[in-house]
Amino acid sequence: MTDFTPTEMMTIAAARALSNDDVCFVGIGAPSAACNVARLTHAPDITLIYESGTVGTKPDVLPLSIGDGELCDTALFTVSVPEMFRYWLQGGRITTGFLGGAQIDRFANLNTTVVGPYDHPKVRLPGGGGAPEIASNCGRIFITMALSKRGFVEKLPFITSMGHGEGGNHRERLGMKTKGPTRVITDLCILEPDPETKELTVVSIHHGVTRDEIVENCGWAIKFAETVIETPMPTETELSVLRDINARTKKAHQGTEKGKEAA
Amino acid sequence: MARILSLAEAVAENVKDGDTVAMEGFTHLIPYAAGHEVIRQGRKDLFLVRMTPDILYDQLIGVGAARGMKFSWGGNPGVGSLHRFRDAVENQWPRPLEIEEHSHAAMANAYEAGAANLPFAMLRGYIGADLPKVDSNIRSITCPFTGEVLAAVSAIRPDVTIIHSQRADRKGNVLLEGIVGVQKEAVLAAKRSIVTVEEIVDELNPPSPNSVVLPTWAVTAVVHVPGGAFPSYAHGYYPRSNAFYIAWDEIARDRETFTAWIKENVLDAKPEDFARHAAKSAKAA
Repeated sequence: MTDFTPTEMMTIAAARALSNDDVCFVGIGAPSAACNVARLTHAPDITLIYESGTVGTKPDVLPLSIGDGELCDTALFTVSVPEMFRYWLQGGRITTGFLGGAQIDRFANLNTTVVGPYDHPKVRLPGGGGAPEIASNCGRIFITMALSKRGFVEKLPFITSMGHGEGGNHRERLGMKTKGPTRVITDLCILEPDPETKELTVVSIHHGVTRDEIVENCGWAIKFAETVIETPMPTETELSVLRDINARTKKAHQGTEKGKEAA
Repeated sequence: MARILSLAEAVAENVKDGDTVAMEGFTHLIPYAAGHEVIRQGRKDLFLVRMTPDILYDQLIGVGAARGMKFSWGGNPGVGSLHRFRDAVENQWPRPLEIEEHSHAAMANAYEAGAANLPFAMLRGYIGADLPKVDSNIRSITCPFTGEVLAAVSAIRPDVTIIHSQRADRKGNVLLEGIVGVQKEAVLAAKRSIVTVEEIVDELNPPSPNSVVLPTWAVTAVVHVPGGAFPSYAHGYYPRSNAFYIAWDEIARDRETFTAWIKENVLDAKPEDFARHAAKSAKAA
């Protein structure tokens, strides 16, 4: 199929990163779409976990919040939030964390806290939520976000969750045994950390995208790996699964309630 | 033993100016009706605690009821910013808001420590993150057995915790089901607690011997407020109004629209108004 949007390509490329054996801690938004497309295509037995405590959930529509009733209704079981973070996440039971973010730097550190100084922020963002410990306690981390100069920045104003820190073996030096971010999936290309420096480099470019577009949309001088492949285009199945779940989701969230009626 | 009270009585007796107040609910069972009663009674200088402050805390902050907030994620889930929270932090409107910010893992551990009557919680957390640089209440402790350095945060001990649940019996025993969040820990960590419920029944009949039950002797007040979690939801009763969460973005973006909404839907409203949300969904189901 050649008729697809960059966002659709991003979600599908992100979904492909997951396998049937993954136990995946799912962030809301783009990660949630990708994880559920994976579950509905090539990874039917993947275990999806949301931080609200729902384990092994199989939502029919994508949740608007991390605690929609749909997640609990379709979960194998639901635990309290302290149990989720202590036993399952800190306990080392999660193979993969899937995060999004407002800003990312070349070492895949993420910011969702503030733009500008912390005490007098220009923009106050929601904050870290589960991300700081998801980033350190999951076996590996995938990140998905659209490539833009505002999002992919030379220097983060605030590190909400650590990726590869200052690069190299920084994670090991801090005592972490997990891999950290191993792949960043954008709407134009896929990035992976260089094996030595841990700097994010382009390893795969989506169909129809040029190297110039990637360079122009990144806030740092982005590097390309020695071998760069073209990301396989979405299949008909992948696209129809994604479009179907998006359509169901849109319909479900619009509902019939109007803001004015609400107390 | 919990007393079964009206919402006005429960809030008047248990929520005082200056209190540290936790109104918990992880997306589910958020005690909106009780929060609105706190606004109607004009409580001020509250220090709010919640892992995921959403629209309810946006409302409390927007009316100026809060002097500070301890939290780990302050947004409108899946929609975007909390505009009143942002206005308070970015422009000090309607008053400055002192913030103490943590991660979810730290907050969950801190509530558990409070419930366990411990002074602090420890976790393997905040590694390489900037929050410990700006929050002096994130500290560290060395394991006496292995020497590992772990993050430490003080226990959360609210003056009062307010939650919503599905039902209570006439003695005031409370049952929670679905996404139970940190509500049990938040109630047990607090000096006083108010639980609003969808139903008061003769027999609680917990569905499993392992059901989440808060016994009457661990709760201060129980209040019957059907629909009291709207626009959040009550598992088994009515669904989350995602449409309202989306609509809130426009209402809260502007100070005047927000103030008008609060007057019409909170100041000039009453707890019984929430019942229509429970009734509407019951019909739909």
